[in-house]
Amino acid sequence: MTNQQIEVKHLSVNYYNHSAIRDISFSVQEGTIVGVIGPNGAGKSTLMKAMLGLEKSGGDVSYFGKNIQSMRKKIAYVPQRNTIDWDFPVRVEDVVLMGRFVHIPWYKRASRYDRDCAREALDKVGMGTYANRQIGELSGGQQQRVFLARALAQDADLFFLDEPFVGIDVQSEEIIVNILHELRNDGKTMFIIHHDLSKVEKYFDQLVLLNQVLIQAGAVRDVYKPKFLKEAYQENAAIIKEGNEMVVVGP
Amino acid sequence: MIGNIEMFFYQLMNYPYLQNALLAAVLVGIICGVIGCFIILRGMALMGDAISHAVLPGVVLAYMVGASFFVGAVITGVLTALAIGFISQNSRIKEDSAIGIMFSAMFALGVVMITALQGTSVDLWHILFGNVLAVSQTDLYITMGIGAFVLIVILVFYRPLLLSTFDETMAKATGLPVKWIHYMLMLLLSFVTVASLQTVGIILVVAMLITPGSTAYLLTERFSVMLLLSAIFGVISAVLGLFFSVIYDVSSGASIVLVASVIFIFTFFFAPKQGLVFKWLRTPKKESLSS
Repeated sequence: MTNQQIEVKHLSVNYYNHSAIRDISFSVQEGTIVGVIGPNGAGKSTLMKAMLGLEKSGGDVSYFGKNIQSMRKKIAYVPQRNTIDWDFPVRVEDVVLMGRFVHIPWYKRASRYDRDCAREALDKVGMGTYANRQIGELSGGQQQRVFLARALAQDADLFFLDEPFVGIDVQSEEIIVNILHELRNDGKTMFIIHHDLSKVEKYFDQLVLLNQVLIQAGAVRDVYKPKFLKEAYQENAAIIKEGNEMVVVGP
Repeated sequence: MIGNIEMFFYQLMNYPYLQNALLAAVLVGIICGVIGCFIILRGMALMGDAISHAVLPGVVLAYMVGASFFVGAVITGVLTALAIGFISQNSRIKEDSAIGIMFSAMFALGVVMITALQGTSVDLWHILFGNVLAVSQTDLYITMGIGAFVLIVILVFYRPLLLSTFDETMAKATGLPVKWIHYMLMLLLSFVTVASLQTVGIILVVAMLITPGSTAYLLTERFSVMLLLSAIFGVISAVLGLFFSVIYDVSSGASIVLVASVIFIFTFFFAPKQGLVFKWLRTPKKESLSS
């Protein structure tokens, strides 16, 4: 029987004597959208980087029984928007083509097929007509869609998205959420850092709620509860119950 | 002016040393222009300055022991890059401070060594500011070798270089050895500095790295085009600079750098999209507040 789980065991990261995340363990099934949530400074990005093997960490992460090094080509990463230099001289199509780089041998040029893949991904996020634009000319939501297209072009199994819903328009959000659901239905697994608590139920299947230590992980309905949220956000979130609906205010 | 051009061509035809000089300057223009694009986009302009200054003690040491100055320069250049990385990663010192500490220390060391060696054939002025007219046949071969090596490396590693420059985290996530790419660039930078030693000299190398690339940056939206334009501006600066240097009998390196700077300033104001003048023209007039 093949292992279809992603398992994180006792993952810890220390920065200069203080711990950023401590002893985090959880597991997720293949084909889920996992929201990584928690307040500012909770170590969400650190957790993601540690899972990607980009941060010195204690503990163990396994992807379907394999370690990260053998999964590299199968991992797509969508960066937080403020980490990108938007003046960089690349066009939209160049960025999407970067997703194909892992598949092109060093001695070859990008093939017709690679370009078609990039093109297709770009059309899928509704940005086909912007192929020749410099990336800085786009709106926030459009930029996010271009980076999602890059991840699609890569044809990965695992997707790591860092705050994809920050500062984007409604239309872009709609498109991105639909694509994520499609990917999920194709059996892909996504980890998505999400900063606030809005629309958590709409976006994700599972949640990893943390504040340096793991508060709770599991299905959204099991984790998205006032008790756990209060524990994670302390005084920074107000939770109001309105009949059957729970409304979380802030942070 | 026509007379000057004729004179330049006449001299070019008749003096092999001038042919060597022109060829060396053109090569340096190309490789500095290309490497410079990476330096600019990685925000490493200061690093470029540092490496170029740091080769000085290596060059002097090589003269002292009679080795090729090429070897000495590359060793101290790479050592400095490693030391800068070591300091900034193992203390709270920020990278730009680490760069400042290391490159002034290395440069001072070089100057002390030269002044201690008074009476030898090491000419501080020529190392610092270049003397393209003294390029020997051997120097030219070294420059050609370096140029070919640098261009081939960039061609082969174009995609990893581009990706790690544009999006370091994705580069790491997909398994690129980002750290090694950084040190490879530092190595290339040391090579380029050595190749430029006689053309523009240690002090002004950074201008050849940064200025043509910056000019290109203002003119294009594609990285590959930026590389090409940068090399072209490097070559134009080299040829015109050498021309003025011969005609007016002024320092060749400084003359080359000045041409590059003039091209940059012109582009800064008149580039079609990024130029200041057209930006002004496009800015809609402020509407009066009362309306």
